[in-house]
Amino acid sequence: MKKKNILLAAALLTSVCSYSSGQAAGRDTISIVGSSTVYPFSTVAAEQFGRGTSFKTPKIESTGTGGGFKLFCSGVGVDSPDISNASRAIKKSEFDTCQTNGVKDIVEVKIGYDGIVLANAKKSAPMQVSRKDIFLALAKNVPDPKGGEKLVANPYKTWKEVNPALPATKIEVLGPPPTSGTRDAFVELAMEAGAKTFSFIHDMEKKDKDKYKATTQMVREDGAYVEAGENDNLIVQKLEANPTAFGIFGFSFLDQNADKIQGSIVENESPNFDNIAAGKYPVSRPLFFYVKKAHVGEIPGIKEFVDEFTSEKAWGNDGYLADKGMIPMSKDERTTLLKDIKELKPMAAPAK
Amino acid sequence: MDNPANKQTIDRVNKGLSRRYRAERRFRIFGASAILLALSFLVLLFSSIFSTGYKAFQQTFIQIDIFFDPAEFTRENLSTANFPGLIKSSLSVMFPEVTSRGDRKDLYYLISPGASFQLMDVLKENTALIGTTRKIWVPANDDVDMLYKGNIDRTRPESERRINDNQLTWLDKLSAEGRVKKRFNSSFFTSGDSREPELAGIWGATRGSFYTLLITLSLSFPMGVAAAVYLEEFAPKNRWTDIIEVNINNLAAVPSIVYGLLGLAVFINFFGIPRSTPLVGGLVLTMMTLPIIIIASRASLKSVPPSIREAALGIGASKMQMVAHHVLPLALPGMLTGTIIGMAHALGETAPLLMIGMVAFIVDVPHGITDAATVLPVQIFLWSDSPERAFMERTSAAIMVLLAFLFLMNAAAVFLRKRFEIKW
Repeated sequence: MKKKNILLAAALLTSVCSYSSGQAAGRDTISIVGSSTVYPFSTVAAEQFGRGTSFKTPKIESTGTGGGFKLFCSGVGVDSPDISNASRAIKKSEFDTCQTNGVKDIVEVKIGYDGIVLANAKKSAPMQVSRKDIFLALAKNVPDPKGGEKLVANPYKTWKEVNPALPATKIEVLGPPPTSGTRDAFVELAMEAGAKTFSFIHDMEKKDKDKYKATTQMVREDGAYVEAGENDNLIVQKLEANPTAFGIFGFSFLDQNADKIQGSIVENESPNFDNIAAGKYPVSRPLFFYVKKAHVGEIPGIKEFVDEFTSEKAWGNDGYLADKGMIPMSKDERTTLLKDIKELKPMAAPAK
Repeated sequence: MDNPANKQTIDRVNKGLSRRYRAERRFRIFGASAILLALSFLVLLFSSIFSTGYKAFQQTFIQIDIFFDPAEFTRENLSTANFPGLIKSSLSVMFPEVTSRGDRKDLYYLISPGASFQLMDVLKENTALIGTTRKIWVPANDDVDMLYKGNIDRTRPESERRINDNQLTWLDKLSAEGRVKKRFNSSFFTSGDSREPELAGIWGATRGSFYTLLITLSLSFPMGVAAAVYLEEFAPKNRWTDIIEVNINNLAAVPSIVYGLLGLAVFINFFGIPRSTPLVGGLVLTMMTLPIIIIASRASLKSVPPSIREAALGIGASKMQMVAHHVLPLALPGMLTGTIIGMAHALGETAPLLMIGMVAFIVDVPHGITDAATVLPVQIFLWSDSPERAFMERTSAAIMVLLAFLFLMNAAAVFLRKRFEIKW
């Protein structure tokens, strides 16, 4: 008994020692953090990279875009991640945090687009909406239906009340919680754009920025919008059980579940591969990853990983990322971006 | 006997008797239905998991004729050869009628991208194959697998299927030739995570769980037992030990995410232990299981009768000898049971690991406590969130494996208790 304990302690001690000696030598796996939207694409590229080269497969954590930048900008060194995935561009505040913590040179890599869809079960009819309808159906405060420039708490119960052309079913939308990048993008691309169709809200942007933000970005909390968590598979199941409900998620889930759900047509464009790629479908956003330039050369394989991710067989029109549901950029855009990426040109400070 | 007061009492008793029986019957029915309800939920849970999960233990394979073209293997290093090209040319030979670029892409899609790595392994074992043609079974793509398992309905319109009409025709041709077969899915048990469902396995997560629990056990068991023995046998009973006792009980009830935050602040940010490793995971889970082990060990020490202690002291044993030679061996089965239950608890934990970076996509199987690793419940969480439908059955299959481990550990605890427990 005693002997065993001593053996155990000795084993533990040696392992701890071997760890600290390993630590001095640095890390040999690329560490990636960030957006859960980019995660499915980043992991595929990482796996291809790990199998196709002599480098180890990068380790990828799905922390959300904001959480990723927090870790990424915490400093330079083996403890901090090398790459951060993002489903939106880096904000000025995040960039400044990076600068203060010594993360000076950041390389921005735009990888493609993702469409956000408003989908319902295949059992019910597809819906044709505009972004204005989406705003009126989901915002916390909307312009008074009686007219005028007054904002009132959202009175709409059914889609028909929002727009007579829509069906008379209850407004019930399942979507991601506020921590999600998909939610941020949906609010910005669908609701904010829909709100701007009211001229007085459009003017508000210059006069009263806070009020503008509150009006365009607050989602109603009276049960019409249900925060369904980050698990999109669960939302798909709930939509099947409840044919009048709608769900908000990324295009890749629609792509994989085309036999169960259908995307609503937004402003006469249905959410399919070609429409998003051509930039016609209005609710789509670019996806990025950011590379810490100071780590290139220190951690083996970063440059090669970036090359893998931006190779034609990955981000091209027929690449494996497109197979997974990412919408590729046009050939011209890829060629232009590739020049800067090859040189690992650091980005300038973002405007906002 | 015929005294009226007595008769009155017995009347009152008789009158109330049926009511009391009724009350008892009611109580029994409530109890039985509570158990029935709990059991039916359990059956529902298990049947839903097993009915989707058992399919993942099989995987569809397609047999292709591979010609190991000597022209491809002129270089020193085998792994630089164009293995995907070999598969593509073999498929083109089998389906000469497929010529357009789009159709070819659809055709190649039927075979898993993992097939080329399989060919590489086959060839590395036997380089004499170069120049010959072999029939080799390679894994089919996950969508093909789903089709053969009945999860894709071929009667649906083409636009709603992930397998198009052409692909169906090709697959039917392959089936007719006996080239499509479901086989045991061994890669599910031998490989690490992957984004291709047909290549994803739980071995990496299982190894990660093993290393993590190894750290947890080797730290929390000695520490927990030592703490319990000191508190129970040596510590004076005063206000301080009361406070300590209350706090240990409180710690056992703290939500596990809090330990994750603590681990992030202390182990990673302060001590600089690398993120995502079983080492830091084991340390966090140690903090979580320690109170459970201390409480179980103290209860087990308390159940050793005082007569044992007094007898030992009475024949001249020191306190140390009394504890080490008599009390501890008698209490050990109970302590081990508590430890195993604590370990089972740690095995099923995900929340604290989220904070310390063990919720991550890790392909390489870990080979030590400082390699990046993930654990079984995290693997289940990650798969359940993946868009590919084939991951759904893999999620259930991974749950089955985790349940099997938990069942084994709890059975071991019951066995130890039955085998070594001494009733006084």
